[in-house]
Amino acid sequence: MTSATAEASHPVTVEKKFMQQVMVNTPGETHLEMCIQCGSCGGSCPSAAEMDHTPRSLIALIRAGNFEEVLSSNTPWYCVSCYYCTVRCPQEIHITDVMYTLKRMAVHAGIKDPCAAPDFSKTFVSWVENYGRAFELGLMSMFRLRHDPLGVLRITDMAVGMVSKGRMDLAPKSIKGLKSLKAIIARAKALEVVA
Amino acid sequence: MTEKIGVYICHCGSNIAGTVDCPEVSRWAAEALKARGVVVARDYKFMCSSLGQELIEKDIKELGLTRVVVGACSPHLHEPTFRGACGRAGLNPYLCEMVSLREQVSWVHTDKAAATAKAKAVVSGGVERVIHHEPLESLRVPIHPATLIVGGGIAGIQAALEIADSGTPVYLVEREPSIGGHMAQFDKTFPTLDCSACILTPKMVTVGAHPNITMLTYAEVTNVDGFVGNFAVTIRQKPRYVKADLCNGCAVCEEKCPKKVVDEVFEAGLGYRKVIYRPFAQAVPKYPVIDRENCTFFLKGTCKACEKFCPTGAIDFEQKEEIITIQVGNIILATGFDLFDARRIPQFGLGRLPNVFSSLEFERLCNAAGPTNGRVVMRDGVTTPRAVGIVHCVGSRDKHYNNYCSSICCMQSLKFAHLVEERTGATVYNFYIDMRTPAKGYDEFYQRLLEEGVIFIRGRVAEVTDVPQRPEEEGRLVVQVEDTLIGQQRRIPLDMVILSAGLEPRHDAKQVAKMFGISCSADGWYIEKHPKLDPIATMTEGIYIAGVAQGPKDIPASVAQGAAAAARVMGRIQQKEIALEPVRASIDETRCSGCRICNNMCPFNAILYHADKAVSEVNPALCQGCGTCVAACPAGAISGTVFSDQQVLSQLEGLLLRNLQPATV
Amino acid sequence: MKYGYFPGCSLERNAAAYDKSARAVAEPLGMEFVEVEDWNCCGATEYISLNLLASYALSARNLAQAVRTDGLGELVAPCSACYLNLTKCDKSMRESPSLAAKVNEALAAGGLSYKPGSMRVRHLLDVIVNDIGFEALRAKVTRPLTGLKVAPFYGCFVARPGYVQFDDTEFPVTLDRLLQALGAEVVDFPLKAQCCGGHMTQISEGMGLEMIRRLVKTADDRGADLIVTICPMCQLNLDAFQGAMNRHFGLNLHVPVLYFTQMMGLAFGLDQAALGIGSELVSSRAALAAIGATPEGEAGGPPKRVKKDDKALPMPAPLMRA
Repeated sequence: MTSATAEASHPVTVEKKFMQQVMVNTPGETHLEMCIQCGSCGGSCPSAAEMDHTPRSLIALIRAGNFEEVLSSNTPWYCVSCYYCTVRCPQEIHITDVMYTLKRMAVHAGIKDPCAAPDFSKTFVSWVENYGRAFELGLMSMFRLRHDPLGVLRITDMAVGMVSKGRMDLAPKSIKGLKSLKAIIARAKALEVVA
Repeated sequence: MTEKIGVYICHCGSNIAGTVDCPEVSRWAAEALKARGVVVARDYKFMCSSLGQELIEKDIKELGLTRVVVGACSPHLHEPTFRGACGRAGLNPYLCEMVSLREQVSWVHTDKAAATAKAKAVVSGGVERVIHHEPLESLRVPIHPATLIVGGGIAGIQAALEIADSGTPVYLVEREPSIGGHMAQFDKTFPTLDCSACILTPKMVTVGAHPNITMLTYAEVTNVDGFVGNFAVTIRQKPRYVKADLCNGCAVCEEKCPKKVVDEVFEAGLGYRKVIYRPFAQAVPKYPVIDRENCTFFLKGTCKACEKFCPTGAIDFEQKEEIITIQVGNIILATGFDLFDARRIPQFGLGRLPNVFSSLEFERLCNAAGPTNGRVVMRDGVTTPRAVGIVHCVGSRDKHYNNYCSSICCMQSLKFAHLVEERTGATVYNFYIDMRTPAKGYDEFYQRLLEEGVIFIRGRVAEVTDVPQRPEEEGRLVVQVEDTLIGQQRRIPLDMVILSAGLEPRHDAKQVAKMFGISCSADGWYIEKHPKLDPIATMTEGIYIAGVAQGPKDIPASVAQGAAAAARVMGRIQQKEIALEPVRASIDETRCSGCRICNNMCPFNAILYHADKAVSEVNPALCQGCGTCVAACPAGAISGTVFSDQQVLSQLEGLLLRNLQPATV
Repeated sequence: MKYGYFPGCSLERNAAAYDKSARAVAEPLGMEFVEVEDWNCCGATEYISLNLLASYALSARNLAQAVRTDGLGELVAPCSACYLNLTKCDKSMRESPSLAAKVNEALAAGGLSYKPGSMRVRHLLDVIVNDIGFEALRAKVTRPLTGLKVAPFYGCFVARPGYVQFDDTEFPVTLDRLLQALGAEVVDFPLKAQCCGGHMTQISEGMGLEMIRRLVKTADDRGADLIVTICPMCQLNLDAFQGAMNRHFGLNLHVPVLYFTQMMGLAFGLDQAALGIGSELVSSRAALAAIGATPEGEAGGPPKRVKKDDKALPMPAPLMRA
């Protein structure tokens, strides 16, 4: 049997392909193929009400191969990483890790942001990459200005409180080994392969 | 004198022939092994078929074969078939050797040339070995007509009645003060909604009154010696502190006893009992027991109210435990199950939130003889719930707890739903993953519940909480779950939650198994001889298993297994003796140094040590021929029939094809 | 006892009170903290949402720096997010040699390398409870927190997912016991291991504030004078956003939120300023005034004889899981 005929008789179905991609892109064993659709994850999730799809539903869509719907869903971006789903899943599926993978795959695929969360992460990350440390004031001001400029008014008293209590840096801090860190990050990004 | 050997190669359809060139192996055996004694070699599509067997039988008769080698599947499957064929043709069955060309060759290799070469080598090994086989006779041991049944639940009771009715004596040992098992705790049984006690107690009464049954309740087996047909069992009869020959079962002692304790066993912790007690009103036997750990007399030396009021003077604080030894021919283990402790899943709230109940607690709640006389009320003992949730799969189908499905909980949950609706008119929710209703009348029962208006939500409950998020949740329990059929998370306010907890092996199942010489699976249930074709036998001759002890199952299946085990035992008893395989180890006394290394290695306790002669001896009836002692003996004093050194070494020579080289003197 | 110390970005500024109080109580307990040299941000939950290998490299750089700093082998992280990222990195690298190889290739570009398993990363709560122990803690208490009712709040990362598990995933107890050892009364707080919402206040304000509301309201309902946390994000959410939460829901809750190390410091009799008390936005002054208000011995006394309710059914006792 040639490999072509082998492929024809055992084709990798679209469903399997997308699910395998998700699994390959997640470090360690996800056990994603073990899902019995019990709904423990959807039942435990604090964000379920705001998600386009519950975690369980999203996994069903992954298995069905609906990659467009999955990657444009706001579900992974609304995940708060509380890990309830992961510890309660009777099949020990690493759901939270899968959510992180879907976020990365969505960004990598250039999907339009379903909510403000991708931009929040990108803004946070830009400070870390340029200074080696997080910079909250920078994060909040850049992010808020882009997404909810008037909303700044709602948290003015909080911001004032934070500054007056000395809990807010007014300028970013830099690490000494910034050059080395940048080299490390650059190398890591070059090595990263998203299936 | 060279033997006359017949070699038979099976194709097994395409199972072997698809990878091994069977005609070639047969042709090669006839030619290359001719000098070793092979006078005929054949290959055939299905050697195990009648026609295949007849080939062997014909050759034995017409060619005067003295040895037979069959290359086919695993001996586990057809060794008896081919031995039987030889026997019918007049050749001793143990002069037939079967080699595996399937499990050991065709099923594990894909390279056809290499597999064929290996098949030749395997056949060659078989030929060299069989030359050194001796004709053997099966061992025949007598079967003692008495039977021991351990466990007085429904499976044990069924087995006891069937055997006793056939006319032979039965000992029924039960560790609780009364027989009845878990079934005695239930209220109604699915799918018929029969009252559990109503269908169980007639059988219990019959057991209690049966002339052929000796009930030993409040007793436990402590030791088992012997072998099939001839077991010596030691039983520890715990002291009841009540003289059975004087007690008339009036229960005045129970009435007058001033001390109450929580009944953790029969009432599942939901109710109380006195310190002198019968577990329930219809207990068989009727004699109470004194709970020594909580008795005021044993703790402080005072009270003795029971003794004061007993009209027949049956109380005896001096009573000692009794050690009894019995002789039996067969043993049935029907020791039942323990309920999964749902407190291990803290987010469900058992033990933390008062109105969360376990399934056994709820059975007692429903039971007319239970702590609330059958009223379904909340933990305060008074309030009727308006909304009740029933959670399926608690501690089952879960890699953190038990991976398996406990088989009965879906039906039990449906039963609960019906009972709650019937007795309270409350709104009932069942939270399930799948609805498992496979047996007769089961799915119809589910349909009935749908008609009765129970609300089914397909979702595994995430948590049960008393922390409200909305006003309608204040002061109530809330089940948080994803309703997977609509893809939304829901919070359902309820008054009561019932957890259908799974079934687990008894906490001491492993020790009990060891005592009887059988094994437990990874999940802890007793292991059956074959999961499909022999679920009530074990690998140890004379020990049988029945009921949930073998794995989760419902009452009809437990009864069926009890009856099946009984039938097997009755068959043995009727035949009066049993033929045992003569695959045995034997110790050469002249070579044994009495080091006793083999004694403790034997998994079947088959080796005795004779202190007077300072040598060990293998009991051939108990020995299963595993070969452990043969390998362990430092002096090489132990050999196995059918596994002698000469046989094994010859087989190796054959495998390595050294038998084909010209002999060097 | 010497430990490597990983403060993380939060402890530098917005959770400086946690850092101050942790260092302040370390000294009497005989713990010496050696801060990791030139550590970088752990990436929180943001970095790994965009880049897998780079996020691991961030944590691996920190671990490599820890090894270089003092070769101590034990690293303490007071911040739950840092703790999660560092333990996850080490565990993943240990379990997947191919991942470890790639991460080290990235580190090599910066002249570093990390051998998985070289650092044992632990949360500050774990170290105090398990290495120091309750007896040693009790011995240092000079001003027991009697009269103070506290709601222990673990947040999610210490309980789950458990790359280094030291407490129960659903109902942890180590912080409860620690606070009891300090003399405080720990209220029943069933939401103690639920999520504070993380950054959700920025992504979906209503949802984020609702998660905060639940926690603060329940603590208040259960009679807590204050909430005690072990994570800077939780403290920020419950404290700094409490005002916004009150406004959003039209509530008037006032439940101060302090770090467990601040509570320890108070019980040890240390000065409030040294513990960063006063830097919280929801003032703790009134709540802390309750300490010692009920003199020891009075809060106790013979328990009132509760009339046994004849009809109530007995209940199983909870299992002690942790």
